[in-house]
Amino acid sequence: MAESNVMVLGTWASPFVLRVKIALHLKSVNYENHEENLPESKSDLLLKSNPVYKKVPVLIHGHNPICESLIIVEYIDEVWTTSASSILPSDAYERAQSRFWAAYVEDKFFPALRRLLIGATEEDKKAALAEVVEGTVVLEGAFGELSKGKAFFGGDNIGFVDIALGSLLGWIEVIGKQCETKLVSEAKTPRLVQWADCFSAHEAVKDVLPEVDKLADFGLKLRAKILKALAPTN
Amino acid sequence: MAEEVVLLDFWPSPFGMRSRIGLAEKGIKYEYKEEDLRNKSALLLQMNPVHKKIPVLIHNGKPVCESLIQVQYIDEVWHDKAPLLPSDPYQKATARFWADYVDKKIYDLGSRVWKTKGEEQATAKKEFIESLKLIEKELGDKPYFGGESLGYVDVAFIPFYSWFYAYEKCGNFSIEAECPKLIAWAKRCMQKESVAKSLPDQQKVYDFILQMKKHFGIE
Repeated sequence: MAESNVMVLGTWASPFVLRVKIALHLKSVNYENHEENLPESKSDLLLKSNPVYKKVPVLIHGHNPICESLIIVEYIDEVWTTSASSILPSDAYERAQSRFWAAYVEDKFFPALRRLLIGATEEDKKAALAEVVEGTVVLEGAFGELSKGKAFFGGDNIGFVDIALGSLLGWIEVIGKQCETKLVSEAKTPRLVQWADCFSAHEAVKDVLPEVDKLADFGLKLRAKILKALAPTN
Repeated sequence: MAEEVVLLDFWPSPFGMRSRIGLAEKGIKYEYKEEDLRNKSALLLQMNPVHKKIPVLIHNGKPVCESLIQVQYIDEVWHDKAPLLPSDPYQKATARFWADYVDKKIYDLGSRVWKTKGEEQATAKKEFIESLKLIEKELGDKPYFGGESLGYVDVAFIPFYSWFYAYEKCGNFSIEAECPKLIAWAKRCMQKESVAKSLPDQQKVYDFILQMKKHFGIE
């Protein structure tokens, strides 16, 4: 079936956009990539497609816009069912577990990571670092539980939690370098280290990952911009 | 197979209410266990070690955490009665979007209304009303967010109706004056036994909020 009517509104640096692209690649769905020039400007299409948040990613399928990366990934999994593997497990309990851990990445892990990136003081950074490292240890435990000895959180194949967390690996590396620490360390999280390699090397992932150097550069500029905006004015 | 369903909950929690409604809609018999959040039970800590929060749904000994995940689980396991999520993927995605909006906006902004005062509260009120108006727009002329029957977004959102009186008293404003269609929707939902049985009395919630304010030293 010709997928001429699938469009992704996104930006190259966004890990949330990356989730959508990985999911589409997993399903072998062709799509049109529309790069937004954020935050300088937002296209009319973006504003029309996501009037509530005005953010990327947005998946436009036919005339229908779908927003919020994890919701988009579930949508992709439900629409394109003919391909080899499904992103979410078929068992209801396992599905609940996958959603739980994806939500953990979203609501706990990512905000801590972000605080580490934009931490203004040494104290802020130290607190954020402790939170991020604790998060990786919790996720190492989750990996043990979900993977059942296989390569991915999803088992033999990349699943929902792999996509939720794996999309952050570029930023994890960049932020780690910035703090001069390996955030996903061999010492504390050996299984995650291995998983990260498997994930990054996967067919559906390796060609969409942003270049780490480019991301690092972008990260520095982003941090400066955010800190400037937060700084008290004289 | 004998189904054993336990819900670890706390009576004023809008999140707990979601699961209560979900279970009631499906006609599932379950054991309700009230938690004292200042003295969390060993069972709660064992079943939700990551967040240590309620509600926790325990189905045949296995825990499901996070209220919206619980509602989806309930809908998927007991799928032959009262479907909450639409079967069409796009409609499903839309329902998930708005339930998520309730979590991201309604809950946080509402909390700020009762937790703050002065200028901070004025801003919180304004943003809270804006968020209510936006979701009211999404409801449109439908009887429920789910269309002709109670759906996922209705279940996600209606618990906050039990907190409206508290928000109004703390913020000194009327939600009905701002969002009459939303109040009409809420009253329609309250006609349903599953909802009426699951929501506490608004005055009771307000009294609880007053206690919380005292505890946090707010005003």
